Amino acid sequence: MTIIEERAANPAAGDENRPIGYGRIQRKEDPRFVRGKGHYVDDIVLPGMLHGAILRSPVAHARLVSIDTSAALAHPGVVAVITGQDLLGLKLAWAPTLSADVQAVLATDKVRFQGQEVAFVIAEDRYAARDALELIEVDYDVLPPVIDVRTALDPGAPVIRDDLEGRTDNHIFDWEAGNSAETDAVFASADVVVSQEVVYPRVHPAPMETCGAVADFEPIEGALTLYETSQAPHAHRTLFAIVSGIPEHKIRIVSPDIGGGFGNKVGIYPGYILAVVGSIVTGRPVKWMEDRSENLMSTSFARDYIMQGEIAATKDGKILAVRSTVLADHGAFNATAQPTKYPAGFFHIFTGSYDLQAAHCKVTGVYTNKAPGGVAYACSFRVTEAVYLVERLVDMLAHKLEMDPAKLRLMNLIKPEQFPYKNKTGWEYDSGNYEQALRKSMEMAGYDDLRREQQEKRARGELMGIGISFFTETVGAGPRKHMDIVGLGMADGAELRIHPTGKAVVRISVQSQGQGHETTFAQIVAEEIGIPPEDIDVVHGDTDQTPFGLGTYGSRSTPVSGAAVALVARKVREKAKFIAAAMLEARPEDLEWEKGRWFVKGDPSVGKTMAEIAMGAHGTVTLPEGIDGNLDAEVTYDPPNLTFPFGAYICVVDVDPGTGHVTVRRFIAVDDCGTRINPMIIEGQVHGGLTDGVGMALMQFIEFDKEGNNLGGTFMDYLIPTALEVPDWETGFTVTPSPHHPIGAKGIGESATVGSPPAIVNAVVDALAPFGITHMDMPCTPARVWEAMQGRPRPPI
Amino acid sequence: MQISMTINGTDITEEIEPRVLLVHFIRDQLRLTGTHWGCDTSNCGTCVVLMDGRPVKSCTVLAAMADGHSITTVEGLATGATLDPVQQGFMEEHGLQCGFCTPGMMLTARALLDHNPHPDDGEIREAISGQMCRCTGYATIVRSVQWAAAHPAGQDRMDEMEENAGEEVTA
Repeated sequence: MTIIEERAANPAAGDENRPIGYGRIQRKEDPRFVRGKGHYVDDIVLPGMLHGAILRSPVAHARLVSIDTSAALAHPGVVAVITGQDLLGLKLAWAPTLSADVQAVLATDKVRFQGQEVAFVIAEDRYAARDALELIEVDYDVLPPVIDVRTALDPGAPVIRDDLEGRTDNHIFDWEAGNSAETDAVFASADVVVSQEVVYPRVHPAPMETCGAVADFEPIEGALTLYETSQAPHAHRTLFAIVSGIPEHKIRIVSPDIGGGFGNKVGIYPGYILAVVGSIVTGRPVKWMEDRSENLMSTSFARDYIMQGEIAATKDGKILAVRSTVLADHGAFNATAQPTKYPAGFFHIFTGSYDLQAAHCKVTGVYTNKAPGGVAYACSFRVTEAVYLVERLVDMLAHKLEMDPAKLRLMNLIKPEQFPYKNKTGWEYDSGNYEQALRKSMEMAGYDDLRREQQEKRARGELMGIGISFFTETVGAGPRKHMDIVGLGMADGAELRIHPTGKAVVRISVQSQGQGHETTFAQIVAEEIGIPPEDIDVVHGDTDQTPFGLGTYGSRSTPVSGAAVALVARKVREKAKFIAAAMLEARPEDLEWEKGRWFVKGDPSVGKTMAEIAMGAHGTVTLPEGIDGNLDAEVTYDPPNLTFPFGAYICVVDVDPGTGHVTVRRFIAVDDCGTRINPMIIEGQVHGGLTDGVGMALMQFIEFDKEGNNLGGTFMDYLIPTALEVPDWETGFTVTPSPHHPIGAKGIGESATVGSPPAIVNAVVDALAPFGITHMDMPCTPARVWEAMQGRPRPPI
Repeated sequence: MQISMTINGTDITEEIEPRVLLVHFIRDQLRLTGTHWGCDTSNCGTCVVLMDGRPVKSCTVLAAMADGHSITTVEGLATGATLDPVQQGFMEEHGLQCGFCTPGMMLTARALLDHNPHPDDGEIREAISGQMCRCTGYATIVRSVQWAAAHPAGQDRMDEMEENAGEEVTA
């Protein structure tokens, strides 16, 4: 495999700034965005379109006594008001979740979290719909809620899901991985054991565009067109067919430009279903767009894991084993989005990047009176939680052994010759050169100088911290024999057509929420068949226009759909050989490929370009038997394994001893995502994830009071990093291709979100080490940091 | 009620409901959908437009308050087929991903450069600090604005800069 970075163009083109294939090129989607001509769901206006608004529960747990909608119905402009009772009649009051549970579309019996959907108003404009919400009278019989997840399994705890037959507690599942007995034996004989409860608090992805839909049901044909903010339009189509009873061939899902997803737009929310019901009921298109508070309070949250972690090592610092028990808060409905077999996602990658003798984890999922969701926010199916846990434990171990945390990691990282590496919980890491990445990040950071600076500052009473994390990602799900979502195997399709004039269109099943698919996938095709990216259109986001596939999340696009695109291009290239041979009156085996053309071996002047071959395919030349008269192909790619991107991050923070305010002064990120297609886009993905890391580590979290009131329901309470809270990122890379991926690419979308929080928290804890502090839970807000410093021994002055 | 204003250089007069927000007036009534809406609390800045050359959050301005003023939206940044240097800079330096915050960011950048043609990175960060981006991590936005500063447009832009010099530019 050739490794290409910032590669020069096709030498024949003579322009190094315009690579035909991999390399830094401007994004094809940008011209419309910079002109304000992006096309998002809320930009859609259909003739006769109505507007929907959802009445939501003000309380976390209550029995619904009565709903009076008469005043709302009488309000000018209101066309219809739909309640849970109405939906019961349509058998649509409950919808299946992505985790084999059901979720109320509109409440019928009880409300189970603050912000739950209670009624749906449809009106002529968005102001009238909102006005009418105020006129609906709901009588709630308030019940005690379960808010503290630690009390959810107490005997006598209120049973949240009494809608489920025979349900007498709030337990959802127990799941484990690894070998418990072996792990306990290693722990029993280990020199050193470090234990810590580590909380990864509830956070929310909060894309700038909230969730929404425009439903357009056409009664004569019985056809539904649904424009929605969806990261997985094909999977949504199948689910809508199952839920609504509308035949799948009559459903078209269009996911247009999406204003950020980060996992928030994987699930199917009641609002989407209500827009569809509204369109069926009124006979007119219905738009529903949630507001920011609805987004933060009711759509997919992330994390909310209480992890008891332990790490065992020899006194010399050889890490032997890890184990963990986790209490997972899944909210009121189990609506997490992950492969069916893995209710805790890929948490069992918590063995991290280290060569261990044993590992075991057990995860218990429970219901609480909080919003449902749980796998969202660029988490790679819970790899965020896993990496955070193990990287905190390794740092605590270093502290206990009085070893430098970089040195401890270097001693224990899996070595290049150990790949493919089978870990103790069932994963096979495809490839890696971990030490190289860590050493590179240390070199970029000037690690030894930083440690010297820290010593000097400590002597002066200044608080500076250096935090390291090393992460191994687990992305690109399937393979489909092991991984499905509601029975749909995790594979993706691609179709490529070369038009007679040599221009191409590639149709993909994954959908962009800003990742630049229209550019990256054009570059993959360009690299394989030598047509410039500007001559290749990438079609995505419309189920009528694209092949079936599972969608964009878990960093799947390049690992799965990227592979499909590379393979479909190779299929076309191979077909082009036969057509070229016919055109040249040569034997196919006598032809040789150079980027963009087939030529006769030994006589490079005799050949045919892809454009000539495309015209030939549709022209009059007699084609060999078995070769259709086109230059098209399609594939569905079922990945043989996941890919395992990795990286080494170093964070430098300064803590104000007076206020507890943490400043991220520097952040060095070395990422290895295998073969790099567009370095500019990769860097952008990393930067975004690092900013998420700063948010989660220092400011973002969704808290609840004892009554279950959501305290993070606006951007005034749920703090998002601005340009003033993040540094100028320092990024680097190494390239270790995936051996099983057609182009060696591993995916990059979530690496930084996974890898950065532990680096930042490790840095904060390192800064506070003079106070005897060895752990702090996220987010490290000024108040928490200040509080942690009080009453503890002062650092030396 | 009736309001009149200049939108992207064109004078308009429209009937509105008095309570209509400027963002909804621009998006729903004028159908200029490049201006986005992202929160209810004036925090996110996806709705930023220029009012008399200064960035305002159009979710926190009543359309009626714009009566008699000049509004520039993202659709008014380019001159025909010629992009504003800020637009070009965002494409050159990957200052956008999903594109949702981009119109507001570019308009604030335009106002900043009109007032301060050679800002340092800190001044750019300060200027966009009332706006959120979830995709880029801001560094490439800073680079995009610096690209625009290094590639200023023609004389009419210079005239505008002089007119607006000295004003506050944080949304």
